[in-house]
Amino acid sequence: MSVQKTGVPMAEKIISSEIGKFISRNVDVYYGDKQALFGIDIDIMENKVTSLIGPSGCGKSTFLRCLNRMNDVIDICRMEGKISLDGQDIYADEIDVVELRARVGMVFQKPNPFPKSIYENIVYGPRIHGMIENKTDADEIVETSLKRAGLWNEVKDRLTSPGTGLSGGQQQRLCIARAIAVNPEVILMDEPCSALDPIATAIIEELIDELKENYTIVIVTHSMQQAARVSQKTAFFHLGKIIEFGDTDQIFTNPSNQQTQDYITGRYG
Amino acid sequence: MQKHIVTAFEDDLKALSHNISKMGGLAEEQLAMAIRALETNDFELAKKTIAADKAIDKLELDIEESAILLIAKRQPMALDLRRVIVTIRISSDLERIGDLAKNIAKRVIAIDGQTPKSLVSGFHAMSELAQKLLKDVLDAFASEDVDKAIHVWRKDEDLDALYNSIFRELLTYMMEDTRNISFCTHLLFGAKNIERIGDHATNIAENIHYMVTGDLLTEERPKSDNTSTSKFDFDESVDI
Repeated sequence: MSVQKTGVPMAEKIISSEIGKFISRNVDVYYGDKQALFGIDIDIMENKVTSLIGPSGCGKSTFLRCLNRMNDVIDICRMEGKISLDGQDIYADEIDVVELRARVGMVFQKPNPFPKSIYENIVYGPRIHGMIENKTDADEIVETSLKRAGLWNEVKDRLTSPGTGLSGGQQQRLCIARAIAVNPEVILMDEPCSALDPIATAIIEELIDELKENYTIVIVTHSMQQAARVSQKTAFFHLGKIIEFGDTDQIFTNPSNQQTQDYITGRYG
Repeated sequence: MQKHIVTAFEDDLKALSHNISKMGGLAEEQLAMAIRALETNDFELAKKTIAADKAIDKLELDIEESAILLIAKRQPMALDLRRVIVTIRISSDLERIGDLAKNIAKRVIAIDGQTPKSLVSGFHAMSELAQKLLKDVLDAFASEDVDKAIHVWRKDEDLDALYNSIFRELLTYMMEDTRNISFCTHLLFGAKNIERIGDHATNIAENIHYMVTGDLLTEERPKSDNTSTSKFDFDESVDI
């Protein structure tokens, strides 16, 4: 069948007039002897949602974790290549990892609020980053963060109750509020909705749509429909490589690559 | 192309394509019957043709329903999504083709075998070409053959040209004798219906192109139907 078109070479696709917020060039990642990522080239655009899709073990989460150096904590993990944020190499010696992670926040698959009050969950980050001088600062950060995460109205009367007492969807929004509280530029989300019911998922997706006005978002998702709904750019990973990267609208209606087509139509495997 | 992991999804898609082929077969048959009824002045066959349209209408509804259900249940993507959307569009073209054939059959009684000899061959040529275009485009759908679809898409121009000449000839008959106007008008509509069937075949061809390649056919289609802009000049015409 003549479905597969001669794909545009990857390099041509990436280099556009826009400059990426994150620019990844030739990134290889190894866990011990095993290579997990091979020559990842991608530009993540500012104020856009980029989704990373692909089968389990394809390296999408590994790549996501490279963007705020979460892989540093894994001893056997080693990275080669270059990733820059606003033109600055994030793996350079002078980079303060704690500060980097404040600029590049992260939300995980399973909501993981601290076993503290809702209020404390939010102010914890800003406090260690020295963003809070007094109670007024703290109150303000709590209110704006929770409002941005769309949780304020639901929790404003019980800020002292434990964050773990919220529903799954609320906990996830609390984690997003916690990430937002330190005023990041980028938010990384690793399957943020996979533990949530469809309504809670819809609320998070709505939130992602609003958040992209102020933040750059990179989301790893196993739900093809979710990637199609929330993102403007999509990268398809397979066996540690980027097979196709392009506009989400195009990837889900007319992907250039046969492997992408097979995966998103459920023919993979 | 690999198969779907979910077998039922694969089956649903196949059933849709199968129904289109079935519907296409019925439309072809209906057109052939309508033309034969017109050429042989067979009222019984005309009535049968009119009745046969119901089956096509029903298939269109079935296809639409299963396509909607498939979208709701399986959320098709990429090629599968295009396939489902295109199926809905093609079924509506085929339904219209059925209607047009039915309309030709309805006119058989009014025309009542008055078709002049010289016109019969023109009509014959036109309907043969229309039937061929329909058959080819249905084959192109079944085999997902873009080249074949494009060939149909280009060939429609010839049908337009034939319609053009029949249009002119019928005008002449009408001018010659006003008693000809009644059956000539019916014949003119009949010819127009066949010409419209060609247009639906080109729609189907465009959809096949989109289904297979994911791109719309943007090129301007060759056309030679200029009857909608032609005027008839009485001074140059034959004596009335």
